[in-house]
Amino acid sequence: MSDPLFWHRLQFGFTITFHYLFPQLTMGLALLIVVMKGQGLRAGGEVWNDAARFWIRLFGLAFAMGVVTGIPMEFQFGTNWAAFAHRAGGVIGQTLAMEGLFAFFLESSFLTVLLFGERRFGPRVHALAALALFIGSWLSGYFIIATNAFMQYPVGHSLDAAGNFQIARLAAFVFSPWAIVEFLHNQVAAVVTGAFAMAAVGAFWTLRGEHAPVARLSLRLGVIAGLAAAVLVTFPTGHEQGRLVAAHQPVTLAAMEGRFAGGPRAPLAMIGQPNVAERKLDNPIQLPAVLSWIAYGDFSANVRGLAEYPVSDWPPNIELLFYSFHIMVGLGTLFVAVMGLAALLLWRGRLARARWLLWALALAFPFPFIANTAGWLTAELGRQPWLVYGLLRTADGGSPTVHAGATLFTTLGFAGLYFVLGALFLALVAREIHHGPQPQAAAGSPSASVERGGA
Amino acid sequence: MEALWYAIAALTLAVYVVMDGFDFGAGALHLWVARRDAERRQVLAAIGPFWDGNEVWLLAAGGVLFLAFPKALAAGLSGFYLAIMLVLWLLILRGIAIEFRSHVGDGLWRAFWDGTFGLASTLLPLLFGVALGNLLRGVPLDADGWFALALFASGSPRGALGILDGFTLLTGLFALAALAHHGALFLAWKTEGAVRARSRAAAGWLFPIVLVLWAVTTAATAALAPELFAAFALRPLAWLAAALFVAGFATSLAARGAGRDLAAFLGSAAFLLGLLGATAATLFPTLIPAADRRQALTAFNTAASRASLAAGLRWWPLGLLLAIAYIAVVFRLHRGRCGPAAVDGRD
Repeated sequence: MSDPLFWHRLQFGFTITFHYLFPQLTMGLALLIVVMKGQGLRAGGEVWNDAARFWIRLFGLAFAMGVVTGIPMEFQFGTNWAAFAHRAGGVIGQTLAMEGLFAFFLESSFLTVLLFGERRFGPRVHALAALALFIGSWLSGYFIIATNAFMQYPVGHSLDAAGNFQIARLAAFVFSPWAIVEFLHNQVAAVVTGAFAMAAVGAFWTLRGEHAPVARLSLRLGVIAGLAAAVLVTFPTGHEQGRLVAAHQPVTLAAMEGRFAGGPRAPLAMIGQPNVAERKLDNPIQLPAVLSWIAYGDFSANVRGLAEYPVSDWPPNIELLFYSFHIMVGLGTLFVAVMGLAALLLWRGRLARARWLLWALALAFPFPFIANTAGWLTAELGRQPWLVYGLLRTADGGSPTVHAGATLFTTLGFAGLYFVLGALFLALVAREIHHGPQPQAAAGSPSASVERGGA
Repeated sequence: MEALWYAIAALTLAVYVVMDGFDFGAGALHLWVARRDAERRQVLAAIGPFWDGNEVWLLAAGGVLFLAFPKALAAGLSGFYLAIMLVLWLLILRGIAIEFRSHVGDGLWRAFWDGTFGLASTLLPLLFGVALGNLLRGVPLDADGWFALALFASGSPRGALGILDGFTLLTGLFALAALAHHGALFLAWKTEGAVRARSRAAAGWLFPIVLVLWAVTTAATAALAPELFAAFALRPLAWLAAALFVAGFATSLAARGAGRDLAAFLGSAAFLLGLLGATAATLFPTLIPAADRRQALTAFNTAASRASLAAGLRWWPLGLLLAIAYIAVVFRLHRGRCGPAAVDGRD
């Protein structure tokens, strides 16, 4: 445990996991808020504006959490992964700097207009601010994913005499096929998170018989967007992501599936327990030949097993990788089923009376967070033992002068700080849901401003 | 090419100090210049539209160093590990304090976040000043160009080195005073009523403190690193920056006396830009000096390849232009002073 690398990985893993709980919500909600503000600009759209006002308040809380927990991420490349930052900065420094210039300035400039400017700046500027936040937050997501894509599937670079990564073809790096597929997959997954949150609040109010018009709109938009996004997560984006992994990280695919021996007509494991010591999958329930089809579009294709690769190239945590992947896929499938059913009842006009399904929707909102987290665990554990796939090992990327004691100290600090912030965030969100949507007159008046508080 | 990126990095960092500096200063002073809740909200309304964007300049500067001088960024951030983590925690607490405060009307809730905001806004300029002091003093670079500094060691810049010592604390105090002065002038420009009057008074008593601390810091730097002043004398660009610094400082004094709040604030901005510009022009090409004055990390021995630097130049101007345009729009949208009662625009 005095190996600093273990603590560097734990710290980055913990801080990035906590951080990404918030951007997935805000990126998803940003799109849905743009839809609401767009509807609000049309004649008779006042109820859409009421709904948007409530969701912008929740967006503001989550956005603040995302901003403050995002600052350490950028710095941790240098503090905890100095050797990696040194060797790869010539390439990934580009996309991280682009994020600041093209995304963060846009977001930060119009955040206050979106959060507090509805009355002062009027409906059009307010809707534009929502659009700016949507574009800014999705651009930010793109640059981070392009950075990650380079670590998963390095393209567009060259290695200089000292072995450092440098830009050879900027466009090939920024618009790598892996970045585009991973971005689309990740963004529709973020919409799933936002849509489930919206549907959950709408369902909760409907069950309590509160805030009828805004509850109905939130439920409707949440279910429609939730179904569309849940389908898109699976196909085509998830499918394409799987094909990329099969093509460029075959050892990762084998580990994700707990597949030790290779061969044709590879089955897809639904459930099982990877037994790495004995090199087999215990108690598997499998769909025959389906993995061959998913990976290569051919039921008889050969899918290689872990045994065909040196153990030093295996992802070191096959067990967690297996479960992360299967939790992501399993939940993703359930999302399509739940939202499909809800959409069917919505279309038949019976959703508001189907209390059992409203209960399910109200309670389902944590699961997209789990699925998104499991998806990222799959990507990042699957990339191991590499920092830059095939070129730079994780073991060679840590900070040479930062010892385990310093890293554990700050990891504990982050844990304590994030626990407090997380608890406060949940309390404030619960408070907002309890207050419910506010009409503009009340939300904007000086008295309400004093009572509910405006900074 | 390396020199160009060095200039971009220095300028981005200097703009960061000028921009986030005014909201740091406002935060460090707000417990005194704003007494009642309505006044505290007035201060937050004044910096509210800007502080988050101001902080982006820090990330932009980090991005520039990352892409252009990766080794310098890696060595600097890992070498100052604990101090950087303290800065990150303070930035987190400060951002949360600003955003969470307004969500609950309770007096104790608000008092807690006001205190957090004030404390974080005081410690951050101090720590950034300490960081600058470390760069002037030098760090114990090893043969591979890495280092690790404890938070504190002997306490002396000539003994066993730590991040905090007498010299770096002095630069930290100077930074705190200069940014508090800067923030006071910002609040004098963007607020009205009692907050404006108290901010003007604060700028009045801070001015001589800034002047004295500047003189002491400069003398201490001359004693510790006399070669910097030799270099300064040979660099026309550094003279130009020094002229900007003197003119800005004088303007901030004269305009404040004349009640021209915007000119006084801009004078303070020019003062900070000139000071940091003169420092950067003097240090060039050094990014992180070694304490023993050999083998420093420089713009030349830490730079990414020419191809990487050229690639960055293909999009950096467009990004900068967009950022400036957004900021212009924000200042235009949120023009005018914030009054104490109706907290217009932030409800």
